[in-house]
Amino acid sequence: MTALIAPLTSLMQARFGPSAEVADMTRLSGGASQETWGFSLQVHGQAPRALILRRAPFQSAAKGEAIGLVKEAKIIAAAAQTGTPVPEIIHVCRPDDDLGDAFIMAHVDGQTIARKILRDAEYSRARPRLAFQCGEALAKIHAVAAESLPADLPVSHGLDQLDRYEAIYRGFEMDRPVFELALAWLRQNAPAPLPTTLVHGDFRNGNLMVNGEGLAAVLDWELAHQGDPREDLGWICVNSWRFGVRENRVGGFGPLEDLLSGYQSTGGHSFEPKDLTWFQALGSFKWGIMCLIMYQAFATKADPSIERAMIGRRASEAEIDLLNLIEGRPHA
Amino acid sequence: MHEAPSSEELLGSVIGFLNHVAAPQLTGQAAFHARVAANALALVEREIAQRPAADARAQALYADLLQDQTSLLEALTKQVCAHIRSGELSCDNPALLAALREIASAQLAIDQPNYSGLMP
Repeated sequence: MTALIAPLTSLMQARFGPSAEVADMTRLSGGASQETWGFSLQVHGQAPRALILRRAPFQSAAKGEAIGLVKEAKIIAAAAQTGTPVPEIIHVCRPDDDLGDAFIMAHVDGQTIARKILRDAEYSRARPRLAFQCGEALAKIHAVAAESLPADLPVSHGLDQLDRYEAIYRGFEMDRPVFELALAWLRQNAPAPLPTTLVHGDFRNGNLMVNGEGLAAVLDWELAHQGDPREDLGWICVNSWRFGVRENRVGGFGPLEDLLSGYQSTGGHSFEPKDLTWFQALGSFKWGIMCLIMYQAFATKADPSIERAMIGRRASEAEIDLLNLIEGRPHA
Repeated sequence: MHEAPSSEELLGSVIGFLNHVAAPQLTGQAAFHARVAANALALVEREIAQRPAADARAQALYADLLQDQTSLLEALTKQVCAHIRSGELSCDNPALLAALREIASAQLAIDQPNYSGLMP
């Protein structure tokens, strides 16, 4: 942390004047490829301002499908142009800022922890609005013009992702009949791809900042790509993000109808329900494989924590969700 | 042969220690990991109790599905995977779906017995 305060302070002074100081620097979250810090910007004569530094640790390359922080910041700024609720981007770091691959954005008040959003009285006004608001936000994301996106943003449609996750699964040499069934079913039922749009790529509980009035900001754009807009609508319906409130298909907080009316009221297209179910099943399959990927990080001692190991045992939740979807069970 | 305390009693005692003594005295990530560790041991406890019957049932279900009463569970599971992949077992085969549901449910009863996807 101390290594960050000096360059961050110089940067803030260059932007906000010589009296700028950085205080209360706190690590909010972090992993191998990405860390998030909160801090207070104090400028003489002004109220302190809560800001967020998102950066890749020094000497780390972007991992897996993550697009890197500079691109992430550019996409957030592009999404703001269509009215998507996102944090304001304050600064995209250059190499001579000495903060690595990083950007600075405004802090947005609210809650991301699903169990609180789904259960606490504080969010009782927000809950019934959230699915509609998520639909509106997704329509705005999918309306971002291709010209305003980084030119080399990856393109990945539903079947591209199925190929990629199948290859990862095959590499593990694990025999999981439900995953075989899901692969066969997904290949037989794949919808024709739609024209490419910006896709958030991880639009779900945990990445949605919610306050008492509803959706305050869409966060964590590191898996953004160009692809099929239905991917985002299917992913928010995956049962793993409903945290036990299974009857509410959208994130545990609302019905699919609300998500779709929010989406269409904001210029989004209408979709075949069975195609959204396909993308939801693709999502559950991906989540099952992600659980195994996280377990591999433990098995190879890349991350020896008990938490990584235990996530491997969540692959079976994806299996039952896939069976419920393939069999067309209620609340799947 | 020593069976007092039993494995179950020892596991129960460590789970209690992690949840009620260790976790409350720890903070941040360490407290979180103490609770995850207690959950891991509770899973092991369920696995010891349920795995033999679950495996025997899975073996019987796959044996019927494949008409193979001689192979062991590991080999049967590989065969089921291969038959789904080749299309020999189709995605809408009711016996396949019923077997996979029963086996996945037994696995979840060990991994996450309260998972919502298990509810009818």
